Amino acid sequence: MTDQTIQRIASDTPDVAPRFVRRVRGLSDRAITWLFIGPTLAILLAINIFPLIWTVYLSFTNYRANQPGREVKWVGTRNYERLLGSEDIWGYLQATAHFVVWTMVLQVLVGFGLALLINRNFRGASFWTTLILIPMMLSPAVVGTFWTYIYQPQTGIFSYIIDFFAGTGAIDMIGSVTLAPWAIIIVDTWMWAPYIMLLCLAGLRSIPDYLYEAAEIDRANALQKFWYITLPRVLPFLMLAVLFRGIENFKMFDMVVELTSGGPGSTTELASINLKREAFEKWRTGFSSAFAIILFVTVFGLGNIYVKALNKVKS
Amino acid sequence: MSIAANPGRTGARGRWFAGSAVALYALIAMIPLFWIFATGFKSPPDSIAYPPKVFFDPTLEGYVNLFTSRSRQTDEYIETLGPPKTWYEEIARSRNMVITGPSRFADRYWNSVVIGFGSTFLAVFLGTLAAYAFSRFKVPLKDDLLFFILSTRMMPPIAVAIPIFLMYRELGLSDTKAGMILLYTAVNLSLSVWLLKGFVDEIPREYEEAAVVDGYTRLQAFRKVVLPQMRAGIAATAIFCLIFAWNEYAFALLLTSGQAQTAPPFIPIIIGEGGLDWPAVAAGTTLFLLPVVVFTVLLRNQLLRGITFGAVRK
Repeated sequence: MTDQTIQRIASDTPDVAPRFVRRVRGLSDRAITWLFIGPTLAILLAINIFPLIWTVYLSFTNYRANQPGREVKWVGTRNYERLLGSEDIWGYLQATAHFVVWTMVLQVLVGFGLALLINRNFRGASFWTTLILIPMMLSPAVVGTFWTYIYQPQTGIFSYIIDFFAGTGAIDMIGSVTLAPWAIIIVDTWMWAPYIMLLCLAGLRSIPDYLYEAAEIDRANALQKFWYITLPRVLPFLMLAVLFRGIENFKMFDMVVELTSGGPGSTTELASINLKREAFEKWRTGFSSAFAIILFVTVFGLGNIYVKALNKVKS
Repeated sequence: MSIAANPGRTGARGRWFAGSAVALYALIAMIPLFWIFATGFKSPPDSIAYPPKVFFDPTLEGYVNLFTSRSRQTDEYIETLGPPKTWYEEIARSRNMVITGPSRFADRYWNSVVIGFGSTFLAVFLGTLAAYAFSRFKVPLKDDLLFFILSTRMMPPIAVAIPIFLMYRELGLSDTKAGMILLYTAVNLSLSVWLLKGFVDEIPREYEEAAVVDGYTRLQAFRKVVLPQMRAGIAATAIFCLIFAWNEYAFALLLTSGQAQTAPPFIPIIIGEGGLDWPAVAAGTTLFLLPVVVFTVLLRNQLLRGITFGAVRK
């Protein structure tokens, strides 16, 4: 009832200051703020922060999730010492680094190249661009699954096409120690080069025409125009794309698990894959929690840089 | 003006070259997808033929195998059953198989639908509210909170899965749809808040201010003025969340098994007699990927925004 009265007053007296009206009727801005943000923060605290703190605690214990009745002992930093002293872990991190570095190099070359071509505004450009973008939206695990079929050494189409053009004979991408790391790099590039392409394209389209016109008056050649105009303008976008994909590939799990499951031997055993083995097959929960924390810290550091880059691109 | 000045305004020959190169790349990139689509309609022997068969007699055997479980029987036993009643029984009989019931694929697909839509609804609903508050009101530590929200997305899923696994085991949420919906909501909230905040930022404040002056409360102004203008942004955000939940694999693999398992961890284990039944796997893959392909085409102009959390808007 009071509400209605106030409303009537508000509409009858146009000279009431809006600030006053807002404070009186309905919920205050502050109440709305917390009502609106509260649930989101609550869910994130429950599903992200609480588990994170739990992981930190577990990483200092010898807990094993498959033996809930067993006494949990505080082991101090022993898990971390064992981790950092283990040669296997460095091997997995090395495999991860190899994967991240090569996927980024290839995707930048392919993605930037495609973006430069698409930027020439030929007929049907948007149709072909849409086609190219499809792979990056697909489920990585399912992509990994069907690439095992495409990579089949005897009957797969990949081996057949390479053999047809290069005469290599049947090639076993997944079974060979030297080729398996490249098998996952190829699939990842197939999926994600379009991502780099899309961001580079955004960068290219942000360059105003007059810059090139001015360069022409100065008789700059094509290479100079690329080096002094195109590259510096696209670089922030490219960096953003590389950083984001780099973080994602550092965490890579699903596609590679389905494609090679870390094999042959441990040639494609990336950090996340090994973490899953330690945590959910060997059930060394405490030890794997320590491993998880180390990965966290690395990703979080990279993420921090990512957000800074994001804000830079935005401005 | 010279013609070769600007990469945006190249001469006809350059344009033709660029067009052909891009088209060639697109066609090569489509081979794996086309191949998996075609394999879904091959018979098992055709799917492992050498050289690989581009032309073949299409059959629905892969789809029949995908949706049914079968058992191998002797000719004598099959003769006692009488003639097959349906076309799919006929296909199974031709391989000396008898259909014993439906497979779990339809179940898993349905789980993906329920969990996908459930988590998308929650993430977009909560995300819309949070995005509005972040965009319009003074929130203490706003930048830190927004960074915190984004950083939850950066966590490696396997690392988060260890405590979630333990937590869900305690709460009885493991292998339940509700548990998965809650989890995917949490993962999608970061994307949802960031994307939607961008969309709210684009709506001029003056509309709401005018509505408030006209006697609306803040909440009414939000509901009747801001929400209708956010419709396109909400739709785009929802599709991104849906695709993420649909594609997610790591959590589904570790936290679900019999009841709430979604399609991605199930598709790799569609195994027939004597190794992988490739046409069935291909059929499942096709049915699983098709909606995403359609959504990608629908969403093509918003993709850039979605994949950069709203930072790059073209």
